[in-house]
Formats: sequence, C-alpha cells, structure tokens
Amino acid sequence: MTELTHRLSKTVRDLPPSGIRRFFDLASQMQDVISLGVGEPDFVTPWHVREASIYALERGFTSYTANSGLLELRREISRYLRKFELDYDPETEILVTVGGSEAIDLALRTLLEPGEEVLIPEPTYVSYRPCAVLAGGTPVVVPTGMKDDFRLTKEALVGALTAKTKVLVMSYPNNPTGAVMGSDDLKDVAELIMTRDFFVVTDEIYAELSYGEPHHSIAAIPGMKERTILVSGLSKAYAMTGWRVGYVAAPREIMQELIKIHQYTILCAPVMGQMAAIEAFRHGDSERDKMVESYNERRRLMVNGFKRVGLDCHEPKGAFYAFPSIASTGLTSEQFAEGLLKEGKVAVVPGHVFGESGEGFIRASYATSVEQIEKALERMDRFVQKLQPQQG
Amino acid sequence: MEIENRDVILRLLHQNGRLSAETIASMIGETSENVSHMIKEMEDEHIILRYSATINWEKVKSERVTAVIDVKVTPQREVGFDAIAERIYRFSEVKSVSLMSGAYDLQVVIEGDDIREIARFVSERLSTIEHVISTTTHFLLKTYKSDGVIFDDNEGDRRLVVTP
Repeated sequence: MTELTHRLSKTVRDLPPSGIRRFFDLASQMQDVISLGVGEPDFVTPWHVREASIYALERGFTSYTANSGLLELRREISRYLRKFELDYDPETEILVTVGGSEAIDLALRTLLEPGEEVLIPEPTYVSYRPCAVLAGGTPVVVPTGMKDDFRLTKEALVGALTAKTKVLVMSYPNNPTGAVMGSDDLKDVAELIMTRDFFVVTDEIYAELSYGEPHHSIAAIPGMKERTILVSGLSKAYAMTGWRVGYVAAPREIMQELIKIHQYTILCAPVMGQMAAIEAFRHGDSERDKMVESYNERRRLMVNGFKRVGLDCHEPKGAFYAFPSIASTGLTSEQFAEGLLKEGKVAVVPGHVFGESGEGFIRASYATSVEQIEKALERMDRFVQKLQPQQG
Repeated sequence: MEIENRDVILRLLHQNGRLSAETIASMIGETSENVSHMIKEMEDEHIILRYSATINWEKVKSERVTAVIDVKVTPQREVGFDAIAERIYRFSEVKSVSLMSGAYDLQVVIEGDDIREIARFVSERLSTIEHVISTTTHFLLKTYKSDGVIFDDNEGDRRLVVTP
C-alpha cells in the first residue's frame, strides 16, 4: 500500500474490489469468446423511446428538473405501480433517481445508523453489501439455497435476526439466481418483519421479467408500505440500462428525509432520460412484452441445455439468468468459470461473486441470441465432458 | 394450446427459418415430435410456403432492376380482381402482386436485368392485358428495410463482455 492510498478513507480501502472485474479483464483480452456474462438486455432501447428523447432535445429540454423528477414522469410511475396493487402519491412519495443503483444507496443511507445491521439474502447482486457498509451499516448475510429455489424463507431470516437488525434488502426476481417470491412466500416473510419491526428495501428492477405468475411486491401486503422503500427502474423492463433512470417509492415521512441526500448529491436525474422514460411508460408496453416473451423462450432453451450438459439447474422464474450448479464437476466456481473461459471460450460469472452461498454455481445470462446460446451450450458440453474422466 | 403454439412457431420461423424443430421445442416447452408435426401440418396446409433467406442484393453488385407498378384495372363480374391478378402473377418476372385500397388496384413488383426489359414488360405484357386501364411505374432505388429487417443495421452489440 502506497503512502497516498494509506491516507484515504479506511472504509473505502477495506471494500473488496468487485469479483466481476477480474473476469471482465480476462474475457476482454480473448478473441472469439461467447459471453453469457452480461447483466443487461441484448435489445437496444425501442426506437419510439429514443425518438421521443431526440425530440425532447430538439425542443430544448436541457435544464434541471425538480429534485424529485418531472411530475409527469412521477405520475406515470405512480400509475404503473398500481398494476402491482401499490398506491404511491406522485407528488410526495415518488422520486426519480439515476438508475436503480442510486436508489439503493439513498434507501440504505436514509435508514441506517452506524452499527445497525442489514440483512442481505445471498447469492445476490453485488452492490447491496458495499452500499450498506458505506452507509455505516453492518451487513449480515442470510444464505439461500437451491433446495428452496433460492427463495428467502422465514426460517433463514429468523436465524439472522438480532437486536441490531434494522433493514432487510430483498431483490426478487433475483440476480443472479432468477428466484422469485410468490405471494405466500412474501406473506410469510412480511409477518415476521412486522412482528420484529424492521424495514425492507425491496429492489424490484426485474419485476416485469417474471415468467410464471405475475410479480408480487412485498409493499402491497397490508402493513408493509410504511416500512418499505421500493426501488426500481426502467433499465431491464424497457431495455434502457444506459439511460440511467430509476426511482424510489416510499411513504411521505421516509421520502422527506431521503430526498435530501438526492438534492445535495445528484440534484436531479438527467432530463433526456426522464423524457424517454415518460414515453416508455406511455407507449412501451407492447414492445416490452415482446422482449419478455423472447427472454422466456431463451430461458427455456438455456435451462434445457444445462440439463443436457448434465448440470443441475433449478428453474429460474424471473430476471434473465440461469444459475446452474457445477458441483458435479468437482471444481470451484472460480476454477470452472476460468477453465470454461480459457478452454471453452465461454464467459460466465462464478457464483461466489454474489456471496459465499453462490459457491458451486455459475451465473449464465440468456439475454443473448439463440445461436450464441446454442453454440455456448455446445462448448460447455465439450468442456464438461472433458472434465469427467479426471473425476473418475 | 396447439393454435397458440402454431402462432409462436410461425413467429420464430419467420425470424429465423433455420431454427431446428428441437430448438423451437426447447424454447416453447414442447416435444420435438409435436413441433415437427405442427410444422409439417402447416407446410401441408400451405401456411408455410417456403424457407428462404433475406438477401441484401446491393452487396453482391447485382445489376438487377426492380420496379413497383401501380395498376388500375376494371374488376370483372363474379371473379372481381382475382382473374386479372392471376394473369399478371403468372409471369415469372413478377415478384409480387397485391390488391390495394386507394388510388390504384394492384401493386405489382417486377424484376428485370435492366430498365429496357422492364419497359418492355410494362408496354407489351402488362398494359395490353384486357381490363388493365393504366399503369404507373416506379423504379426502386434503394432498400433500407424489408420484411422487418434493417439492411445496413449498425446497432451492433455494444455491451461490455461481463457486467454485474
């Protein structure tokens, strides 16, 4: 460690570097790699949305907006959330953010006092833990497993509760497992949350990408809205990752405090992204549904493919990831992913990157073409078959 | 269920005629046998007429000329426009014939080796058919998009190789 580094914030220095970074570097150097490692849609934003944003620029929409975002957009968000039986006032309970990522940060910073504990069911998206630490909280892992289809159970949650428990971060449909929480699963967990009186930050960015029963939000359960901060955005549903438009929905008392952080650090989300988001909410449903159907077809193709290769894979019911077990190969996630990349030229993300309970699994995204998926499965098959003899 | 599946199969094949029955079966949660059977049925019923590639001929320096011709005709008793349409579409140089609403009746697309060949076809073959009242010929200069496919699409995959 250099002297300069030493003078920097210890909290930041102690954050582990993202495990995905190493794989990105490795894969970027190689030719002819099929990547199943991408965490975003393979669609370009539908043209009508892009066109609306261009038109907004032509008309001179280039200034700041209200801190909480354009009221027109907040009204659209409020209308949209009704589909999940959620009722948020666009004037006082909705805030437009720079992607779901900012929303997660705001939510945790608003809730946490130093030393308070943040329950994080894992495997999960890589940002919650560092955001909790940066907000002064102490992350407490709640492992989920294949036997429960990676859903969060009341039992697992009970085991992690302490007097310092302040908030639970839920993220369903889940990245990387594809797990979803049905309405009964949610009721079970909600009951415990209410009796033990703590908060929930629910990241529902993949809500539209639910392939079985429609998505349920924990905030819709009676008694939960007042203790829930809902975080979402347009990135996944409308193929708008690069626009950086997300939002927070929370009761007025929470929002009044939360918005202060946004005011002082961000001011407002970019106006062109907000104009595009209005168009997406107003006229984007049919394109969105077509994209979801296309993911669903590729989801089945990939999961069936893994079964043929001989990798045990629970059925992912949401998002666009499959999370097969590679335990049968005897390799660690890291060894498997690195071997597959170097020998098979297929990039996947080793499961442990998403938490210790992700060890023994890999994340493969099916947001890529049918041809690529089939070719990747062939390469994987060859890679796995070659491993078998050594295992005896 | 079967009807729904038939629609999905048609959509998938229309996008990519090379998808195998096995792949389609896996994508829609059906057995390969059922998918093969449904495809065969739709071929027999002439719902699926053929499997072809969408080609950007401009890239292979083809000198072929395409013209779109608006044709006004007098419909005939009992057969309406069908008999006259048939007399037109039987010519091998005719690529497509459609009945239109609006200012003219039939839209005829033809292909030829050069402009003269097309001119000859219009003046000697098409205009002389009984009941054809008039023709207006438009030469096609460039195709940007056809049947849902953008020809010079520069929207490649710009995503990073691995992201969280």
